[in-house]
Amino acid sequence: MKVAGIDVGAKFVKVVIVDDGNLVSRSSRLMGFEQKESIEEAFKEALEKAGLKKEDLTHTTATGSGKTEVPFADDEFTEVSAAAKGAVNLIPSARTVIDVGAEEGRAMHTNAKGKVLDFVINERCAAGAGSFTEAMARALEIPLEEIGPLSLKSKKSIPMNAQCVVFAESEVVTLVHQKTPKEDIARAIHDAMASRIISMARRLSIEEDVALVGGLANNVGFVESLRRELNMDVKIPEEPEYVPAYGAALAAASRAGGGS
Amino acid sequence: MADKYPTERLKTWNDAKDIRLNYYKDFAEAREKGGIRWAGGAWAFDAVPAGLGDDVYPLTGEPYGASTAFNREFSDDCLEATEKYGFARDLCSYMRNYWGSILLNKYTFGGEFPKSDFLWTDHICCSHAKWYQVAAELEGGIPYYCVDVAVGPDEEVDENRIEYIVGQLHDGIEWMEEITGRTYDDNRLIEAVKNEFRSTSTWAEICALNKAIPAPLDEKSMYSLYVLGTLMKHSKKVVDFYEELRDEVKDRVERGIAAVGNEKCRVMTDTQPPWAFLRVFRYLEKYGCVSIGSLYTFGLIGLWEVKEDGTWGPKTTPMEKGVSITSRDEALRELVKWNLDKPEWQHFYSPKYKSDMMIRIAREWKLDGVLLHYNRGCEGLSLGIAENRLALQEAGYPVMIFEGNMGDEREFDEARTVARIDAFMESLDMTKEA
Repeated sequence: MKVAGIDVGAKFVKVVIVDDGNLVSRSSRLMGFEQKESIEEAFKEALEKAGLKKEDLTHTTATGSGKTEVPFADDEFTEVSAAAKGAVNLIPSARTVIDVGAEEGRAMHTNAKGKVLDFVINERCAAGAGSFTEAMARALEIPLEEIGPLSLKSKKSIPMNAQCVVFAESEVVTLVHQKTPKEDIARAIHDAMASRIISMARRLSIEEDVALVGGLANNVGFVESLRRELNMDVKIPEEPEYVPAYGAALAAASRAGGGS
Repeated sequence: MADKYPTERLKTWNDAKDIRLNYYKDFAEAREKGGIRWAGGAWAFDAVPAGLGDDVYPLTGEPYGASTAFNREFSDDCLEATEKYGFARDLCSYMRNYWGSILLNKYTFGGEFPKSDFLWTDHICCSHAKWYQVAAELEGGIPYYCVDVAVGPDEEVDENRIEYIVGQLHDGIEWMEEITGRTYDDNRLIEAVKNEFRSTSTWAEICALNKAIPAPLDEKSMYSLYVLGTLMKHSKKVVDFYEELRDEVKDRVERGIAAVGNEKCRVMTDTQPPWAFLRVFRYLEKYGCVSIGSLYTFGLIGLWEVKEDGTWGPKTTPMEKGVSITSRDEALRELVKWNLDKPEWQHFYSPKYKSDMMIRIAREWKLDGVLLHYNRGCEGLSLGIAENRLALQEAGYPVMIFEGNMGDEREFDEARTVARIDAFMESLDMTKEA
């Protein structure tokens, strides 16, 4: 059975196609103002990569903050459930799933089947989400993809007091003026983010293994900070930004009668 | 899909609406009738000013703040006026709506804001005393009296603590006589006190009927009913209404009439809701989820006791116990003892009291989960709410939290709250009906 999962996030739309439980293709597009076009393009590309047509799909499930914007989806699955389901399927030992995307950070406590037992989501604040690193990379005047590797070079921990993107930016500017090495500032940024995410996740009982998914899982600096702050290993599946879409595809298979 | 249970509109619904609207109208028109206006908190000892005469009209601030919040556009004006005046945005949002109405000289129910003859309140939460101190100043220096009731949780109350409050009420009566020039009538006080015992106990009886499956009442509707007790719990009108409502709800239980016809899942909430967004309760119903109430709706004015079988039920009134109330002092003493047992006063002293009561509700009302409102607009009722969450989870109840503000719509994110509800319902294996 061929199904699709579509994760319409704040910054990217991700599409995953699964055939009898096996991931056969994936695709993503930047979400611009023309959201429907971005969704259509990502979907079309995923189908092409899989050598399929739309009609070949038995079921399509949408997730993400823009899940209602997918006109061809059969149904929806919440971001919380999708990330947990996808993560536990890929890392069966995971009982705590942390998902950090562009707009939101969330943590889920799950059972062995990936069913959510409890969850927390950051409130209206970007300090625990991907947009934080984007703002900080701008403040440091470095490309976004360099901020992670740069922070790994740091040997010094600098506390950042601000827990708000706006105030953190001014703190970063102060550190720049004090001629603080950029790698130390980059680490301070990731430590602050990790601390923010962990304090939120600690509202749940953090049960090992901990899996990290979402776009921020690609940031090695953030991952290192998270491991250090948690004082435990954090498992990351391949291409972690696609995990919620994968979870949605698993839900699609289940809803279409093909199990998960 | 056809509903699982029959539903019916409440027959007493329009009466509740009329009582509420007449209350605000009577307050506005009190002067035309030669009457007296007083304002204060919904927890004020409102039976006491009743001794001044039958033409004494109250305006309780919290329900007024909530009604203002429901009118989003006017509420925004009030909040902005208050901020412009120099008050901080994180203060009690009911209070800010109330102050804003004074500053703009606009009454939520039309016309100019009716100035009170005096202010009569009590103080247990972090805002009440300051609320009316500032209101007195903003209204040009009207007489203001505040009773300190923060004497500890009910289990620690002793004669000295009761006497401390009774003494303040005796002084308050003399103060009222002095500022109004009226002679105080103890018989009216005694009648009002007895009315309060009956109304607050009967409200608890109504809430206890919601233990039934299906629940005969949903919380969104209960907000329009419990509010009468916050307006004038001492009034015969409210006693009569609650007794009629109690009989109707009993009848609904006997006939299996549901508030939510597709009831499949039962939850409770906590603290005041974001008043401008009550439609989130209707959204819950798409999942067949009914909010049966909350410690807030049950215990803000309702008075409870543990019955012989160990369950929660309406508190036995002093009259039912055969207590004699024939003098001012006896009336005030019984009134103080009654109020110090109020459920929503207990958790100011420790979140444990609140957790215990919430777990009791979850168990006795057979709940599947709990929705906690981290209400930035009310520090008093949100105090310790994160502790309550942990306690409820430890007791085995799934909990969803959402942040918001009861009276400041700028601090509530409806789309995100709905997304949370979706995730929570999914985790409870509930599916949304088309």
